[in-house]
Amino acid sequence: MASTTSPPPPDVLPGREELAHREHFATPEQQRETAMAGMWIFLATEIMMFGALFMAYTVYRLGHPLAFAEGSKDMEIVLGSINTAILITSSFTMALAALAAQEGNTRLLGWLLILTILIGLAFLGIKFTEYYNHYQDHKAPGVWFESNLSDRGGLEMFYVFYFIMTGLHAIHMIIGIGILFVLWLMTLFGRFSRVYHSPVIVCGLYWGFVDIVWVFLFAIFYLPGLHLHG
Amino acid sequence: MIAAPEVTTERNYLNEKEGVLSWLLTTDHKRIGLLYVASITGFFFVGGLFALLMRLELLTPRTDLVSAETYNKLFTMHGIIMVWFFLIPSIPATLGNFVIPLMIGAKDLAFPKLNLASWYIFNLGGIVTLWAIVQGGVDTGWTFYTPLSTTYSTTYVIAAAMGVFISGFSSILTGLNFIATIHRMRCPGLTWFRLPLFIWSMYATSLVLVIATPVLAITLLMVAVERIFQVGIFDPALGGDPLLFQHMFWFYSHPAVYVMVLPGMAVVSDLVAVYSRKPVFGYTAVAFSSLGIAIVGFLVWGHHMFVAGQSVDSALTFSILSYMVAIPSAIKVFNWTATLYKGSVSWETPMLYAIGFIGLFTIGGMTGLFLAALGLDVHVTDTYFVVAHFHYIMVGGAVMAYLGGIHYWWPKISGRMYPEGLAKLSALIVFLGFNLTFFPQFILGYLGMPRRYAAYPDEFQVLHVLSTGGASILGVGYVLPLIYLTWSWRYAPKAPPNPWRATGLEWQTPSPPPVHNFEETPVVTYGAYDYEALKEKLGLG
Repeated sequence: MASTTSPPPPDVLPGREELAHREHFATPEQQRETAMAGMWIFLATEIMMFGALFMAYTVYRLGHPLAFAEGSKDMEIVLGSINTAILITSSFTMALAALAAQEGNTRLLGWLLILTILIGLAFLGIKFTEYYNHYQDHKAPGVWFESNLSDRGGLEMFYVFYFIMTGLHAIHMIIGIGILFVLWLMTLFGRFSRVYHSPVIVCGLYWGFVDIVWVFLFAIFYLPGLHLHG
Repeated sequence: MIAAPEVTTERNYLNEKEGVLSWLLTTDHKRIGLLYVASITGFFFVGGLFALLMRLELLTPRTDLVSAETYNKLFTMHGIIMVWFFLIPSIPATLGNFVIPLMIGAKDLAFPKLNLASWYIFNLGGIVTLWAIVQGGVDTGWTFYTPLSTTYSTTYVIAAAMGVFISGFSSILTGLNFIATIHRMRCPGLTWFRLPLFIWSMYATSLVLVIATPVLAITLLMVAVERIFQVGIFDPALGGDPLLFQHMFWFYSHPAVYVMVLPGMAVVSDLVAVYSRKPVFGYTAVAFSSLGIAIVGFLVWGHHMFVAGQSVDSALTFSILSYMVAIPSAIKVFNWTATLYKGSVSWETPMLYAIGFIGLFTIGGMTGLFLAALGLDVHVTDTYFVVAHFHYIMVGGAVMAYLGGIHYWWPKISGRMYPEGLAKLSALIVFLGFNLTFFPQFILGYLGMPRRYAAYPDEFQVLHVLSTGGASILGVGYVLPLIYLTWSWRYAPKAPPNPWRATGLEWQTPSPPPVHNFEETPVVTYGAYDYEALKEKLGLG
């Protein structure tokens, strides 16, 4: 898929770096560092955004420990574990993509981006299967929710946070996949080279962050009720 | 005025490109700053209209002008519009946008397209909120307290909350852009401790925007989820916790107070130096006090909840931490006044606003200590004392500084001088009108007049009439600058590059600046406000 008519090695194309270099930066290096700084600051915002939800989750779990354990027991640990494994793999392929970009190996970069996108889509497929199963089990909060647990409210709250937090994470995944797709197109059109590739690095940071968030989500939703399976 | 070099008819950022599209698609930080000026001026007068209607209603003890329900909507919409669509973006998005790259010798902000996107997101949020108003408004108070907002209110809570939610992203993008810019885009020689104090304060503001705003976004999202899906996140009957909302809301909204006042301090630090012809006394202390306010500001949200149900231990902790905010605030006030000492002080309009800010902010800050004191707070909580206190900070502080900053940088922005006499007069009107409006409210509150009521006992009427009278005067003081600044845009005499003989880099380029700000990248070899080093250049020696 990556460039059938492979363009000449980008480094020798004249004017390419000038094209990528925005004129309000003094040097390409300044531009690269600024892009990295921008993404790190954005990730600080993201940490606070998810952090608020983790805090609220903690408050309700302290208030309804048994209901939360009960809710966690209903989680499909196998699907969750598979998703965790493949998402970490996607971080690996994304890191390799960043490496390929730094080396100017755009052909490999294109394939690695496609691979990462496919793994991301697989994750979302499994995630939405789980959502559908919860819906079938009448565990979607609101009018659909049914349970005869004595702490019904606590169990519903578990699912409220489950859907909000994993849903917000899924939105981040969808946006991430969209960004990777754009990067892939840019790779096809020969926009990246050994000299100019900071969008790949910057988006790799984002992708890595989203994966790490999932690891925490896995821990707080799938693991607390594990011992109840007996 | 110095013998200015003849104002050139060269291309500048205003005439380089023309037409509506060249504005709507611009990525020039200076033009985006002006786009923000247009937006927030509109919102300011909408919010002001609601305030005017409230003050008219309060002219008499009975609810005769509007019903109690309408009154609830009026103060809610006044708060929402003024807080999120005027005060939060006021100085950062307008003056900050315009001035930061100029001050640090950069050609633009780090992410110009993101900057334009933030303006569009801001307006989208504003339109959604205005839509909620047109549909029938919201009556929860700007604080969206649960369970009123989630269970009982039948008004357009979701739409209003979504408007605020959306505009939050523009705050985040602006803050992100400023931090990256200040870190990475400074010109050669401009070290951190040579930066104007405006930049330090803007940096602290941006930190708060980036860290606090996402928490508000999540909080409002949870309110919307609760209303839409009928789940009980904040409803105790369904296993929720209504107080959690207040914790999360104030975790954002208290630091947001510093988003409103830190930029005011940013402007005042520069103004005091320029109009005293002296470096700011204790530069380093003032610089770090901005960061101090930003950091301590994150640890005091509980003082909004002293009577809401809080353990004595946490109330005591929040009380002590709230007192701590006074330390960096006082450092600033004392250092500004020390800067005036033996300075050659001149009284142009921006300086009038700056001095007004220092006085009114001091009153607002001191009454904040009353509210941080547990015993006193129980007496005056939810009264007009609180209303007066935060209006002294936000109107007496932030709005005064905004107007001072607009006048100060107006020659740079428009390339024209504003009419000094008229401007001084309106600064005076603003100051008198403001105090007449809000000082009686301290007394009203202390006497027990609760906030958010459309009717009141007869004995409060004299003070309410004074307040309404003051509000009308204040209104005149706000309309006047709108008129004469608009007039000056075309008809006032042209401004030289550095009419105030100030030291900042923004004054070492033509007025208005060229598209890329500087003919050649400046190199800085002196500290901020170093009048000695720049004596010859400024024509002072």
